[in-house]
Amino acid sequence: MPSKPAKLRVIWLQGITCNGNTHSFLNDPDLERLLDSVAFIHHPILPCTKTLKELVKKLPKSDILIFEGAYRADFERVGVAMETLLSALASKTKHIIALGSCASFGGIFKEFSPEHISGILFDKEEERGPLKMMREKIILLSGCPAHPKWLSFVIEMIVAGKRILVDEYRRPKELYGYLVHNGCLRNEYFEWKVDSDTFGTKEGCLFYAQGCQGPYTHGSCNKILWNEVSSKTRAGTPCVGCTEPTFPKRDLFSTKTYMSIPAEMPLGIPKRSYLALAGAAKSFHIKRLEERLIDDNA
Amino acid sequence: MARLSKEERKISIMSKALELFSKEGFYQTTMPSIAEKIGMSVGNLYNYFTSKEMLAKDLILYIAEILGEEIRKINESGVGTQEKIEAIVHMYFRIAKDRPETIEYFLRVYLSNREVFQNSCEGMICVSAFVTEMMIFFEEGVRCGELRDQDFFSAFGLFMGYLGGMVFINGENILPKPLGEYEHTIAENIYYALKTR
Repeated sequence: MPSKPAKLRVIWLQGITCNGNTHSFLNDPDLERLLDSVAFIHHPILPCTKTLKELVKKLPKSDILIFEGAYRADFERVGVAMETLLSALASKTKHIIALGSCASFGGIFKEFSPEHISGILFDKEEERGPLKMMREKIILLSGCPAHPKWLSFVIEMIVAGKRILVDEYRRPKELYGYLVHNGCLRNEYFEWKVDSDTFGTKEGCLFYAQGCQGPYTHGSCNKILWNEVSSKTRAGTPCVGCTEPTFPKRDLFSTKTYMSIPAEMPLGIPKRSYLALAGAAKSFHIKRLEERLIDDNA
Repeated sequence: MARLSKEERKISIMSKALELFSKEGFYQTTMPSIAEKIGMSVGNLYNYFTSKEMLAKDLILYIAEILGEEIRKINESGVGTQEKIEAIVHMYFRIAKDRPETIEYFLRVYLSNREVFQNSCEGMICVSAFVTEMMIFFEEGVRCGELRDQDFFSAFGLFMGYLGGMVFINGENILPKPLGEYEHTIAENIYYALKTR
């Protein structure tokens, strides 16, 4: 009987973080199966072979380095500046995963000190992070947090030795080739321009009034559902665009308009084409779409 | 003489029909009277347009295209918002003078006989080419800070209602001076009504 292949050695290192991605990862229903093929040398919560203190005494080689949180050169873990710790671990690993929007682009934490905080490869849209010389072995999984299945997908691809096709921000196309708008249950309301006035309703599109970023945001939230059941837009709250380097935007829950026309067109759609279609669609009143789906008072 | 293509023939029929519709009104104009004016048989006319309603619909699409194309040129000319308003007013009055049947049709046939258009031209569908360019004009005016942000239709109604009204009363021979002489004041009024405060 062939012996089991050796488990991949993984180090999970945290920069400036809220632990959101750590918690998100624990929601992966297939976590147990995944742990059959990887072993954590260090993880902030899961069982692992080394504490952080032990890890920095003699930095080990690894197969995957997962970095969660934003980067700041002088931010310390167990007395070692991130500038030293991250670059040393990065040079001793085969694959690096920037997990979450902070590790990817700077995210929420960058707002505190925009000059000094960034992602590990990108600083917002600019590729000038500390690991830019290692770009080829870095995969970004932006998101606030990243979906657990996005991480397990990348790990499984690495375990299987398969090539991961990436976009301009080195995000897997398989996961970020779509827009959050794709698969949204409200697409019919978007088509016919029937808006939702409030959060939490089953009906109406959240784009016109609620600031939904779905038509600009790359991500598979409406394809690979959260907790396997839902997504922000399905639950009735707008997408906040958390996978993009522009996150966090201001005034998240209102749509910026100029004379009733959205300031930003859905990605790649020319303004004239959009306005011609939207104007036509608004001319019709589709009774079915203007009614409640389930009317408690009926 | 070169033989006209079917599309060219259609446009020539539409030009003649436009004259009749705008003079006689929708109901007074009949397919036989259009055919007679063109000098073709009624049967042949139906080869081009399956009904008077379809001809009327194609005419409004045609006019909206003409107006839309003119406003598109102004939108893309790169001038400031006040100059754009001047240019739109000038263009509208020029068309009203040179091709009065176009604006007359819009005001006296399309807007006055909505029941004719309700099945195939709901809402703004048939005037989309024109309305879309006006949307772009307003959107860009607000984006660059020259126009006040407000509901699109409030602004659209002020602009186009004003122009349509002037052309209408000019058609009634009420204006003491030629329409062109009002251009500048009207453009200025529109600009001051819409600009940021």
